[in-house]
Amino acid sequence: MAADPMRIRAQAQGDKAVVRVLMSHEMETGQRKDSAGKTIPAWFIQEVTAAHNGKTVLNAEWGPAVSKNPFLQFTIKGAKAGDKITVNWVDNRGEKRSDEATVT
Amino acid sequence: MKALWIGAAGLMGLALLPVQAQKSSADAIAEYRKMLEDGNPADLFEAKGEALWKQKRGPKNASLESCDLGKGPGVVKGAFVELPRHFVDTKKVQDLESRLVTCMSTLQGLNADEIAKTPFGRGEQENVTALATYVAAASRGLRFNLPQAHAEERRMYEIGKRVFYFRGGPYDFSCASCHGEDGKRIRLQDLPNLNKNPGDGIGFAAWPAYRVSNGQMWGMQLRLNDCYRQQRFPYPGFGSEATIAVSTYMGVNAKGAESIAPSIKR
Repeated sequence: MAADPMRIRAQAQGDKAVVRVLMSHEMETGQRKDSAGKTIPAWFIQEVTAAHNGKTVLNAEWGPAVSKNPFLQFTIKGAKAGDKITVNWVDNRGEKRSDEATVT
Repeated sequence: MKALWIGAAGLMGLALLPVQAQKSSADAIAEYRKMLEDGNPADLFEAKGEALWKQKRGPKNASLESCDLGKGPGVVKGAFVELPRHFVDTKKVQDLESRLVTCMSTLQGLNADEIAKTPFGRGEQENVTALATYVAAASRGLRFNLPQAHAEERRMYEIGKRVFYFRGGPYDFSCASCHGEDGKRIRLQDLPNLNKNPGDGIGFAAWPAYRVSNGQMWGMQLRLNDCYRQQRFPYPGFGSEATIAVSTYMGVNAKGAESIAPSIKR
């Protein structure tokens, strides 16, 4: 895994947990041109999955509309302190990143 | 950001329900900034900076953990709100970024001149920015208290004041043209008065910051570089005396202001 790590914070709030993820990614749309006039190739996260104690709870398909260094926030019903949250992403180059956090 | 916009749309919907007077542009901007607070990508640079601080690198294969940022070797917390300051070993007043380069050179054997010549956002300059973000974050919430005990520190303050008021370039601008009075703004961007303490988390107390509009992490050196670009001045050298002097002027004026660095900007 060459990409920079994600920052994941998961906080228990009553019977749910709020998960906040900050991903490090250029998210190039493929529309920009560099100073020489050449198009900068598209490079963006295509798939995001999140799991709670091993069970998939979120599945997302992203495209070039999502900005650089994406921030994602979601709530998991029934998650409590100590539970393990894993977030994965795969981009259009096939690079991936997986990080985990514990619900506080 | 997509997820954030859906949340934001919900927020705006709720805000429109009660009948109220037209929201001022300042209020709207404050609301936009509040929405951006969570998930500040500066956190990613802070994490990277922390890793770089501890990692053994360079020809000397050493970490930066014994770097003296003014409060003793290895002391990171509280260092940011006392910079720029005078350093005995280099015999000059240095700001955070130039001091980090000094440490990268003396402790790690990296070439300080090469780093100074590297454009922002590339190579080792990217690392300097990440390190500066990490050091600044360690002082979040603390109040600026730059030392002025040393004669050099006072001299740099006076030079900084003159640099602040120096008019030049094709528009005859000085720093004071934009930042010399209360209540000024450029389009929707408020301009703090940097002749005094502009308030907690404003001006000198808000940088390094992540700029959402171009997705870049900016330290004070880049912020000043861009100010000079906007004034159509020649670019100052990285860590030049002029930039350190003007930083000293702003930092001393900001005494007592709470640092919110690294923050998030439009």
